Amino acid sequence: MDFFNDLVTNPGITRAMWPAFLETLQMTGISGFFTVLVGLPLGVLLLNTAKGGLTPIPWLNLVLSGVITNITRSIPFAILMLSLIPFATLLVGVSLGPVAASVSLTIGTIPFFARLVESALRDVSTGKIDAALVMGSTKMQVTRKVLVPEALPGIIAATTTTVVTLIGYSAMAGLVGGGGLGRLAYNYGFQRYDGTVMIVTIVIMVLLVQLVQLLGDWLARLVDHR
Amino acid sequence: MITVTDLRKVYQQGDRTVVALDGVSLHVDAGQIHGIIGHSGAGKSTLVRCLTLLDRPTSGSVAVNNQELANVSDSDLRTARRRIGMVFQHANLMDSRTTAQNVAFPLELIGTPKAKIAEKVNALLELVGLTQFADAYPAQLSGGQRQRVGIARALSSDPDVLLCDEPTSALDPKTTDEILELIKSVRDRLNLTVLIITHEMNVVKQACDSVSLLEAGRIVEHGAIATVVADPAGRLSQALLPMPGKLPVDLPAGVVLDLLYSGSQATEPVISSIARTFDVDVNVLAGSVENLGEHQFAHLRIQLPEGSDITAITNHLLANGVAVTPKEAK
Repeated sequence: MDFFNDLVTNPGITRAMWPAFLETLQMTGISGFFTVLVGLPLGVLLLNTAKGGLTPIPWLNLVLSGVITNITRSIPFAILMLSLIPFATLLVGVSLGPVAASVSLTIGTIPFFARLVESALRDVSTGKIDAALVMGSTKMQVTRKVLVPEALPGIIAATTTTVVTLIGYSAMAGLVGGGGLGRLAYNYGFQRYDGTVMIVTIVIMVLLVQLVQLLGDWLARLVDHR
Repeated sequence: MITVTDLRKVYQQGDRTVVALDGVSLHVDAGQIHGIIGHSGAGKSTLVRCLTLLDRPTSGSVAVNNQELANVSDSDLRTARRRIGMVFQHANLMDSRTTAQNVAFPLELIGTPKAKIAEKVNALLELVGLTQFADAYPAQLSGGQRQRVGIARALSSDPDVLLCDEPTSALDPKTTDEILELIKSVRDRLNLTVLIITHEMNVVKQACDSVSLLEAGRIVEHGAIATVVADPAGRLSQALLPMPGKLPVDLPAGVVLDLLYSGSQATEPVISSIARTFDVDVNVLAGSVENLGEHQFAHLRIQLPEGSDITAITNHLLANGVAVTPKEAK
């Protein structure tokens, strides 16, 4: 019964767990919000500026696709995060803590999310786009009234995948000063050989990811009329 | 009314120059249903894309009620497009929208007030017989119902021309009949000009007043159904009233004639009149009889015994308004 006793007395759980959990939520929430805010339009731009898209702009597509998206995605996240610490300091004034970590989390996830959005939008049949154009839609109307609503189930699935990824990345961010459950697991579980804290952290992470996935699947089903 | 004048579309495909449309001209009066028939690769899809201005034609003009569409500026293009309502082969409805929301789409684009939209959508759904499906999503509808929604949507911007691109090619025969009847009744009520692009001769038989045959980017035959059918040498006539190409091998000796006539042209029953006047036995080998438009047309292959007075019989038939084509006797 030592384990159960430890669950309610271990300060790593009774005192440090809740703030760490909130920090993880904070990191995931902030970076999730900004990732969607920037990544969604970026995904639309990736599709629309491509050859054969609504408004082909080859140079812009090359910059967005080749340079920003592919280069950012090819840098391992841990390295990207470390290299962005000065930038985060510049932007939010601190180099440590969940808010600072959110900066690099957001920048690291935007290209990933934008690619997922692009491929969800690409699944909208050209017939629907042609139909909208023939009915006299502007290109903006095609994007807002056809592309995005028709791809919404896919975009929600992409968001779910991204948030799950962010939960994982946020643990990594914890190691380099972001705080949160990642930091907790490292400090207690790894450095102090505190198995109980490690196990509880893992359970919480698993439950959190399950919850996000369930919520995302439910939302996607709700808007999917295909 | 729609007038297409010398429409050309030339693609550059690598080093190759592809002439998809090679001077297509046609004119359809208001209230007429005109069929454009052709095999795949004849240029049908290109023609559709040029008529709706999804692709700009290389040269030539498209005019609806004497208003030029093909040569307008990009900014006027969207307004110009609204004069042509389009029905697609696979309906191309928005899956995220209900029936009513799909029909409302063209009205939303121009910021029509909500009350006006609701009123118009209800009227259109009644017209196509889908009132009870107003809140259903496309996935819950059958192919025929989806096509009805597509027709209602095409009509919601009050177009002058309804352009139907293979409207029945994905439907079963019974549903095809229903959709063609709907197109005809809509034409009657709204005095629309209808263009149906298809590869199915059956659609032309059932719905069209006039027809054009598109081949390799050109219109090689065109005219009112009654006119094109009456030309036994014409390709459309042969397709509308088909006749087996070969004579049976075990055919007894005799003279074979192909007769083509319409119920209104032939002044007396053709076969029995030959039999009575010339006292010969007439053997009917093959034939097809169709109601096309308001007229009944017959294409018959008959055999007369050897030694019959073919010249006199032919003259008799011609005098009765029957086109006669002798076939090689075996």
